[in-house]
Amino acid sequence: MKNQPQKTVHSYLRHNKKFPHVWCAGCSNGIVLGALIRAVDELGLGRDDVAMVSGIGCSSRMPVYVDFNTLHTIHGRAIPFATGVKLHKPHLNVIVVTGDGDCTAIGGNHFIHACRRNLDLTIVVVNNNIYGMTGGQFSPTTPTGDIATTSPHGNIDPVFDICDLAIGAGATFVARSTAFHSLESEEFIKRGLEHKGMSVIEIVSACPVIYGRLNKKGGAPEMMKQMRDNSIPVKALDKLPPEKTKGKLVRGILKHVEKDEYTLRYQRLVDSLKQEESK
Amino acid sequence: MAEKIEKHREGSIILQEDSPEKMEVEVTEVKTSGDYNKEPVFIYHQWCKRCGICSTFCPTGTLGRNPDGSPFVEHPEKCIHCMTCDRLCPDFAITGAKRK
Repeated sequence: MKNQPQKTVHSYLRHNKKFPHVWCAGCSNGIVLGALIRAVDELGLGRDDVAMVSGIGCSSRMPVYVDFNTLHTIHGRAIPFATGVKLHKPHLNVIVVTGDGDCTAIGGNHFIHACRRNLDLTIVVVNNNIYGMTGGQFSPTTPTGDIATTSPHGNIDPVFDICDLAIGAGATFVARSTAFHSLESEEFIKRGLEHKGMSVIEIVSACPVIYGRLNKKGGAPEMMKQMRDNSIPVKALDKLPPEKTKGKLVRGILKHVEKDEYTLRYQRLVDSLKQEESK
Repeated sequence: MAEKIEKHREGSIILQEDSPEKMEVEVTEVKTSGDYNKEPVFIYHQWCKRCGICSTFCPTGTLGRNPDGSPFVEHPEKCIHCMTCDRLCPDFAITGAKRK
């Protein structure tokens, strides 16, 4: 690290951890972490004003490497821990970094109820379409027909759309981007941190070593090229003919509304009870 | 071993060099121009995992790829300082120089 010119990302890393980091060559998690750090840096938030909470999984290793308040918790239960952090210290900007399996399968129940309450969390879902860390089992977002180690003849389950799930459950800021569009991801994370209420940012990422190899998607550059070619911005959705948009991933801010936030409601309740008591 | 890990963290040695898998790989000639101050892009080879993303998405062909997969600055004069390699490197191993 001595002979390397420093950039913004480097100044936020914990240099007592082992680098190069644990992720495989070409894994998008590093790109997402870079976007997240740049988003926090551009907003000018102090390191003690940010709490990063994660569960278990490849993407959930992210808090290990960054110098914020961090909490690395049990599988699927990142959101309950984050709820506790947020309710105890409402001034913190709580970021939950989670994977597709961690968020929608094991922690699915916590996810929908956090969306329903409209708690001020920023949830970054890194969707790599598979359980990478545990050996390549299929997850709720593995596309139908794709191969995983637990579906060697092709997955027969329909796919969970994380953004649709969040919109249906009542999240107030929902956006989707890909790891290739790193500037756009950075912008969405920034908007999510600024938004008062539940923000869900799905970032479609590449797992070249397990998902890519099992499904013959090529290496990391090829998978990122596919992200670039198979996605369209939400603004172009109405302008293009339907045959051009069919089967493509829609990127962009899919929902943005302002609603009453949970910690404020909770504080109002506490205040009103205090007033009643003092009467 | 602890001393080696400490040195590895400082960046003065590469720990993987000692592993038997690495020894079997044929050593290829790694091209660098040598003077990093004059190059628009700095590549930190100790952190690089040779995924090939930077050289694939470089819009002007500034970055080339060595036979072992690691990137090197092939045409420093072509760089337009778009910072694509800086943002897309998953290992934080590339630092792009800002436009002057």
